[in-house]
Amino acid sequence: MYQTLDSLKIGDIAYIEEIRSEGSIRRRLLDIGLTPGCKVKCVLKSPSGDPSAYLIRGAFIAIRKEDATAIIIKGVEQNG
Amino acid sequence: MDRMKKKIALAGNPNVGKSTVFNELTGMHQHTGNWPGKTVSNASGICKFRYTDYMIYDLPGTYSLIAHSQEEEVARDFLCFEEQDAVIVVCDAVCLERNLNLVLQTLEITSHVIVCVNLLDEAKKKKIHINLKKLSEKLGVPVVGTSARSKKGLDKLMASVDDVVYQRIKSNPNHLNYQPFLEEAITTVEATLKNFYPIQKTRWLAMQLLDDDIVLKEAVLDQLGQENFNVLEEVIEEARLCIYHNGIQKNHIKDVFVSEIMRVSETICNEVVTYENQEYMEKNIKIDKIITSRKVGIPLMILLLMVVFWITIVGANYPSELLSNWLFGFEDPFFQFLNFLHAPEWLSNMLVFGMYRVLAWVVAVMLPPMAIFFPLFTLLEDLGYLPRVAFNMDHAFKRCSACGKQALTMTMGFGCNAAGVTGCRIIDSPRERFIAILTNNFVPCNGRFPTLIAVLTMFFIGFSSSIGASIISVVLLTIIILLGIAMTLIVSKLLSKTILRGVPSSFTLELPPYRKPQIVKVIVRSIFDRTLFVLGRAISVAAPAGILIWVLANIQIDHVSILTMCSDFLNPFAQTIGLDGVILMAFILGFPANEIVIPLIMMGYMASGTITEYTNLLALKTLLVENGWNWLTALCVMTMCLFHFPCSTTCLTIKKETGSWKWVGLSILIPTIIGLTICFLLTTFTHYFGIV
Ligand SMILES: Nc1nc2c(ncn2[C@@H]2O[C@H](COP(=O)(O)OP(=O)(O)OP(=O)(O)O)[C@@H](O)[C@H]2O)c(=O)[nH]1
Ligand SMILES: [Mg+2]
Repeated sequence: MYQTLDSLKIGDIAYIEEIRSEGSIRRRLLDIGLTPGCKVKCVLKSPSGDPSAYLIRGAFIAIRKEDATAIIIKGVEQNG
Repeated sequence: MDRMKKKIALAGNPNVGKSTVFNELTGMHQHTGNWPGKTVSNASGICKFRYTDYMIYDLPGTYSLIAHSQEEEVARDFLCFEEQDAVIVVCDAVCLERNLNLVLQTLEITSHVIVCVNLLDEAKKKKIHINLKKLSEKLGVPVVGTSARSKKGLDKLMASVDDVVYQRIKSNPNHLNYQPFLEEAITTVEATLKNFYPIQKTRWLAMQLLDDDIVLKEAVLDQLGQENFNVLEEVIEEARLCIYHNGIQKNHIKDVFVSEIMRVSETICNEVVTYENQEYMEKNIKIDKIITSRKVGIPLMILLLMVVFWITIVGANYPSELLSNWLFGFEDPFFQFLNFLHAPEWLSNMLVFGMYRVLAWVVAVMLPPMAIFFPLFTLLEDLGYLPRVAFNMDHAFKRCSACGKQALTMTMGFGCNAAGVTGCRIIDSPRERFIAILTNNFVPCNGRFPTLIAVLTMFFIGFSSSIGASIISVVLLTIIILLGIAMTLIVSKLLSKTILRGVPSSFTLELPPYRKPQIVKVIVRSIFDRTLFVLGRAISVAAPAGILIWVLANIQIDHVSILTMCSDFLNPFAQTIGLDGVILMAFILGFPANEIVIPLIMMGYMASGTITEYTNLLALKTLLVENGWNWLTALCVMTMCLFHFPCSTTCLTIKKETGSWKWVGLSILIPTIIGLTICFLLTTFTHYFGIV
């Protein structure tokens, strides 16, 4: 069973395995440097729990739950 | 001697300080702000350096030229399809790795690149050290470190630009090497392109075509003609097939390019960046955790709004009084002066009681709140708070099938609705962008705040200057604003269920680090800007409007003034919505500028009344009450102020942004109908229950 980005809790770190989204969001994610192997850390959740913000290559990026479920991760280190 | 003219583009990721660099170089005043997407269209200015006039182009921020999303089209097209003598790529020193991505991509297009590593002061604070010399060696182009806001390093930047443009430095970028089969594909396509197309940027173009970039294909088709294009297309298809046989899905070719570029960025960064303190983000995260937490997040937003209002209301009192005493003090001398010149009486009357009075009112009553609110808002913007608002509110917008960035454009609307509408370009999905444009008018702009505050003060709070009174007015004002926000959400939802049907699209938003605003500079700058802006409008709109209404009030047909005829005509309808003919007319005549509505109402009444005392709000209230105002009238005026057609500037902007009058019509109709309906219901109910 694979794990997706939205499953990270605040403080957790993981690495990108694969991006399954298509179209403009896929391009957008590539734009901000989210390529396979990239390290991500979940840093914030908004008041309602969605979206969450991740630390990606030195920047905070907010991503909605729907979009995060299409991002497969591996090597999760739980710190939360 | 004729000076040389050269073209320089300023490119870079969003929010890295491009506009700040631009302003410092050109002495212009492009707006800057601590959030991605502040600049949405190109601006240009001249920077004289040595013997050359450099035409500098400030581009909107862009993350990438290869994978590029829609909003970045402007920047991409400029870099890829226009010729420039050099490109400055501005980078954020704090997150260099991602920024190098764009540098490397730009190097694929042109070798005339100067890398400007900006925000060095921020990096220093976070104990991040960057070896600029080594970076320059690795990239093969000049690298200059700057702190644009404190003007450090900009001379050196221009010196490097000059060197590159006049080829005193030979840039020698290290081209990226993709896997052999990709390189082969690129070369084949490039060769065919070169046959037909005498341009230099073929390598990059070939890469884009391999990935089936539709927009680009159309552009190329235009250039080549159908026949040549067919040949090219065949070559491309063959190359794509070849790539596919090497195990790469056809629509994922960009991934491979981008991944390779990111890998190179990573390698370079590992060598040139040293972090003395790995935990440099922790403070920022701690603050953000509180600001976005379940308990504090939303209440803090409302509290901040209230603080801003409070400072605005309390702060505006004194200057307002001072200005009105001063300005109205000139009325008599002005009149006497005109008499002295033997001006005909009607002319003196028109100029003094028509033009000057409205002008004085706009300046005295409307200017101070505007000049205080705007800088406060700018401070929050510079601090980096606005993206957090969008982060907190995204869920609400998502539930209305809209985009969280709409929260950003909405807050821009507090400053100016026209600016808010233009800002909607940061929203990718056209559907969500149109929703944001159509609903932007539901938050009152800077020009409508003073009206709301004045009416609130006169009819709901009273004139005591106690803290208690000011707090009540803040609470009431906040409730009004929250109503506007609620209406934004409701209408967004309705639109996305009807004419702009669709599901929420994907959304990413960068939350920039907090940056300490340059408090004094921001305050001085924006008070100055606002004052000039309001004075400009006062002269171009308020003065003519004052003359117009005076003329209407004084030209009589059968002993009835035109003004009375108009307002009598509007009156029956106006009464059903709790207003009267004069008020309704003032709203209509206020179409060019919202801040003249109250002065126009006043003029309308004074033309037929006998009041001569008018220099403060208390006097105005007396005038209004004499003309039949009660709290219901006040409430309806505030409702109409919040919900009515956008001002003329905003309408024109909507036309420009949507390209069709249909949307302008809608954005006029929707709020107006809502406003009229609410007023009608309020009036009917209160009359039915006999409360008024
Ligand atoms: N501390 C510091 N802040 C800076 C510096 N340069 C720019 N800023 C701030 O960074 C923020 C962003 O600057 P802008 O010039 O608007 O950035 P931009 O690249 O034009 O942004 P977009 O138009 O959104 O792409 C502003 O709040 C600036 O005041 C700098 O050298 N040091
Ligand atoms: Mg800018």
